[in-house]
Amino acid sequence: MPLLELKKVSKNFGGLKAVSQVSFSLEKGEILGIIGPNGAGKTTLFNTLTGFYKPDEGEIWFEGEKLIDLKPHQICKKGMVRTFQIVKPFLELTTLDNVMIAALNRTKHIHEATEKALRTIEMVGLKDKAQTLATGLTLPHRKRLELARALATEPKLLLLDEVMAGLTPTEVDELIRLLKEINRQGITILLIEHVMRGVMALSQRVIVLNYGEKIAEGVPEEVVKNRQVIDAYLGEEFRNA
Amino acid sequence: MRKLYLFLLLAFLILLVLPKVMSSYALGIFIMIFFYAYLGQSWNILTGYTGVISLGHSLYVGIGAYMTYLLTLTLGLPPWIGMWIGGICAGAVGLVIGFFGFRFGLKGVYFVLLTISFAEIGRLIVLHLKVFGSFQGLFITPHFSAVNFQFKDNVPYYYIALGYVVFSLIVVRLLERSKIGRYMVALREEEEAAESLGVDVFKYKMIAIFISAFMTSLAGAFYTNYLYYLHPSTMMSMAFSIEIILRPIIGGMGTVLGPVIGSFLITPLAEISRTYFAKAGYEGLHLVIYGFLLVAVVLFFPRGVISYMKKALSPLLSGEKSH
Repeated sequence: MPLLELKKVSKNFGGLKAVSQVSFSLEKGEILGIIGPNGAGKTTLFNTLTGFYKPDEGEIWFEGEKLIDLKPHQICKKGMVRTFQIVKPFLELTTLDNVMIAALNRTKHIHEATEKALRTIEMVGLKDKAQTLATGLTLPHRKRLELARALATEPKLLLLDEVMAGLTPTEVDELIRLLKEINRQGITILLIEHVMRGVMALSQRVIVLNYGEKIAEGVPEEVVKNRQVIDAYLGEEFRNA
Repeated sequence: MRKLYLFLLLAFLILLVLPKVMSSYALGIFIMIFFYAYLGQSWNILTGYTGVISLGHSLYVGIGAYMTYLLTLTLGLPPWIGMWIGGICAGAVGLVIGFFGFRFGLKGVYFVLLTISFAEIGRLIVLHLKVFGSFQGLFITPHFSAVNFQFKDNVPYYYIALGYVVFSLIVVRLLERSKIGRYMVALREEEEAAESLGVDVFKYKMIAIFISAFMTSLAGAFYTNYLYYLHPSTMMSMAFSIEIILRPIIGGMGTVLGPVIGSFLITPLAEISRTYFAKAGYEGLHLVIYGFLLVAVVLFFPRGVISYMKKALSPLLSGEKSH
């Protein structure tokens, strides 16, 4: 039984087919990358999976259960959590409080949630920023905070929306290591990413979206050689690679 | 933090002995300080902490006041019991407003408009129904006794109002440290993020509006039994809703002490200027002063006076975690 399965999921905005008949499945423990040009429907797909949008067609199955009309918070409770491409920290709160609120997803005790948050913050390398207000964090730190909050909800499936964008190569490497570690702990990862180095290093499989449709799926090394993918997204430099 | 608590305890002790040395007029001003601090605090729960803007809180005061009074009149229930029933009614009305607002995702000015509409509907109903005294309002003949919540002089009212404030401080402080309070703040800060991290937006906004409406209406019982006169154009008006929100805005929204500090700054000014200007025949002039004051506060203390005080007093309160 796959952890997540999409069956011909579509989402339209008026006449625009933002996501069109997309099907794929994701096994437990896997890391699956989604790539594609801007406007290909990647974030829309995330919004549809996490209950921010209702799919117009198709079915979404999570852990053998069909998700119907669930709200984002219910989906989070089920164990699917996403980060936002444009990070959304609770600006007036400290890093610790940001993560603690996420940790309250699985407990009602502040004390317990705080401990959990401290561990998570340490894991993503924000320990010395625990008491800093989120307003005072740089973008790379805010991205880590976004990740820490998602992790603190104790997800089974982590949806990452461009967590590597805007990071330096060194920071990307650190993040790759961190995500591998998170995956090793048993968390399945679905990531939207433009930083190809990250996609190649992490993903066991890659899906390519273009104009809302899935145009390719496979292991990263094959997908990057696919003619359609090169034309639509990767561009000339990959043709000769 | 400990220093702050010590300071608050000291302030509380001073307030406890104050009636021994103050005139009845001065006590009256303190009563109004407490009354508005309490109302501001109740509003603060919904708007300051949860970020849901209400401009119709006078409605809940009205519900509390009339329910308490009518329960006494018809069933002979002492206000001390009736006020809680009034609170539940106000909370229920809050839930209805919340249902329409939150279920259909009204935000910002649209929700504000909803709260104003409901408050106006409430005011008009009261204004046109005989049981509520219609256009003349209701004059209440006091029967002085502790059970009736009616006293001859200001001292008992002073202590009751002080009790209200302490009660609200404790409620908000406990709330602030609880899961509910944390979730409320998360909703204020970034609703979508909160939602995706497991916060049930609808549920927690409903909880916030219920607590806020419930507490606000308890002040209605005080109003009834302190002023002995109920009229919708005073206590259920838009102007009264604005009175409620001014103090927490000036003091600092989303903080425990903000509404109290705001009330200590504004209420004496309001009371004294109102008396003075009314005597001189310029009724309503104090509202003009309010306007200017509000502009000044927004310009110079956009986060309320408390954030400025925190900075100024931080050496004194050192050891306190900045929040």
